[in-house]
Amino acid sequence: MPLAPEAVLERIRPIFRDVLDLPSFDVMPSDNASTVEGWDSLAHINLVTNIEQEFGIRFALGELAELKNVGEMIDLILKKLAQRP
Amino acid sequence: MLNRGIEPVFYESDYNRFYEDAVVDAAKLVDFRPDLVYFCTSSQNLRGFPRLMASPDEIEADIRRELSPFRQAWEAICNTIPACTIIQNNFEPWPWRTLGNLEGGCAWGVSSFVNRLNAALGDECRSNPRLKIVDAHGLAADLGMQRWFSPAQWFSYKMAQTPEAAAYLANGVSALIAAVYGRSKKCLVLDLDNTLWGGVIGDDGLDRIQLGRETALAEAYTAFQLYCKGLRERGILLAVCSKNDEQNARLGFKHPDSVLRVEDFSSFRANWSPKNENIEAIARELNIGLDSLVFADDNPAERALVRSQLPQVAVPELGQDVSCFARILDEAGYFEPSALSSEDLERSQQYTENAVRRQAEGAFQNYGEYLASLEMEAEIQPFSPVYLDRIAQLTNKTNQFNLTTRRYTRAELEDFAARDECVTLYGRLSDRFGDNGLVTVVMGFIEGSAVEIDLWLMSCRVLKRDMELAMLDKLVETALERGAKKLVGRYIRSAKNDMVAEHYRNLGFRCVSSSPDGSETLWELALDELHYRPRSRYIKDHALGPRSSAGKN
Repeated sequence: MPLAPEAVLERIRPIFRDVLDLPSFDVMPSDNASTVEGWDSLAHINLVTNIEQEFGIRFALGELAELKNVGEMIDLILKKLAQRP
Repeated sequence: MLNRGIEPVFYESDYNRFYEDAVVDAAKLVDFRPDLVYFCTSSQNLRGFPRLMASPDEIEADIRRELSPFRQAWEAICNTIPACTIIQNNFEPWPWRTLGNLEGGCAWGVSSFVNRLNAALGDECRSNPRLKIVDAHGLAADLGMQRWFSPAQWFSYKMAQTPEAAAYLANGVSALIAAVYGRSKKCLVLDLDNTLWGGVIGDDGLDRIQLGRETALAEAYTAFQLYCKGLRERGILLAVCSKNDEQNARLGFKHPDSVLRVEDFSSFRANWSPKNENIEAIARELNIGLDSLVFADDNPAERALVRSQLPQVAVPELGQDVSCFARILDEAGYFEPSALSSEDLERSQQYTENAVRRQAEGAFQNYGEYLASLEMEAEIQPFSPVYLDRIAQLTNKTNQFNLTTRRYTRAELEDFAARDECVTLYGRLSDRFGDNGLVTVVMGFIEGSAVEIDLWLMSCRVLKRDMELAMLDKLVETALERGAKKLVGRYIRSAKNDMVAEHYRNLGFRCVSSSPDGSETLWELALDELHYRPRSRYIKDHALGPRSSAGKN
């Protein structure tokens, strides 16, 4: 059964808390690097690689650059999961 | 190949016989008229790694010696098969690095040696237009690089390592820094049963523990012992901590295939006390801190106990698969040297004084010279309990060099060994490239004044080594001791044993009868103590292992 966007959000929230070292932070679909404290370039690499690992997917070069916020990233994750064999 | 539009016809030489098939006995290969010959080898086939602290000249000699058989084989092919392209793969990295980061910094490390061999192969390739190198070293690294490097991460973030690789690299750097500050571990504390050998010495006895080259499991335990021996030779202390009777524990190291000896251990604790108490005693005895110890045990309960009682002791999660032990210890970087000390050097020099350097360069004038260069030593003895498993295995799987193809169970063979009217012999053969293990079996019954040979079989891996002559010499010697006047041999044709149809004729037997279709022949050799001259010229009979303890003789 395909995952719901909410389920993906639930699975990436602990990654954001861990990487940004914000124990009670609940990332929202509307968030992006400019709205979240500490989401700098190094944190970004850690977020991306942890998310790749969590879902067993790989983002292609350039795919992430076009995203505007976490909600769009969730959509991309869902698309990648659906494409998996 | 088919995907590339090429449909090959293959000729495959026997396992581990490229040299013989190309240089010594090339008729079949020449008849096949190959367009290409591929020499498929592996670092696992390398034998002569440089000793610790070897001089540059010695290392050069080691490289020449490793490449010499290949050079001769290439040359033979160039001379006998016109326009044949030769493909040779170079050597992949060794799967672990006993010297840690020092492998990259010293000339005698295994990694350096493999690199230099590959450079030498590259030189050969440039000077011989018919020789092509398959870059196995690079292909192996490709597989590792898929985990080490992500082009997308490089282009996006200039990350030269994936996060996984960055952690691995950090572990290597921290091991080196710990070594600089003298924090490397000094002593490996080893369990025995199912850690240094397969099985339980107290239950299974010396005959049944797994060590040697006869089974995959035995080979893996031997390889782990070799890894531990390598640590010992560069100055890491070894200690035993085993739940065993001391006598049983020591017995295990008397196994003929045990690489480690009781003398290799600086502390030996085999008793029934809890292991944490023994490990504390080992630290006191060796006068080193608990934090200098690494404890290796296949039993998760013992590991958990030591981890909880002695948190200073490093206890790697070894698992229970011996083939992974060396890699797990190695990757943890416990024994990282920052340099080898003068003490290590002394130890290594003692080691060299005992070791004999061997050279085998230049082409051989004839086959005898080649056989002589192999420096073969055989151990030919009556069946002994420690070898019965292997004897049964060989008896039941050998098809080609097998005169009668009679199959016997281990129990039957054990019974023959104990019977007075039976003559039993096994043969082990080692040469300068290593130990071939137990490779041949001969068994006969004394009937009146004759020894009737019931079994004569040999593993194909030692064909054309004159091992059958050495066996004949020993059989004649034994038969004469038992008062026999002749040997009677029988050949029974099977689907696969044509190669030995003339075995007895080649040994000088006379054919005395033959079935009408020739499928069974009977042969005799009269024995005369005064006139029998030993036939074997190139194999030294050397009792490497235990003398028979089979209850007779």
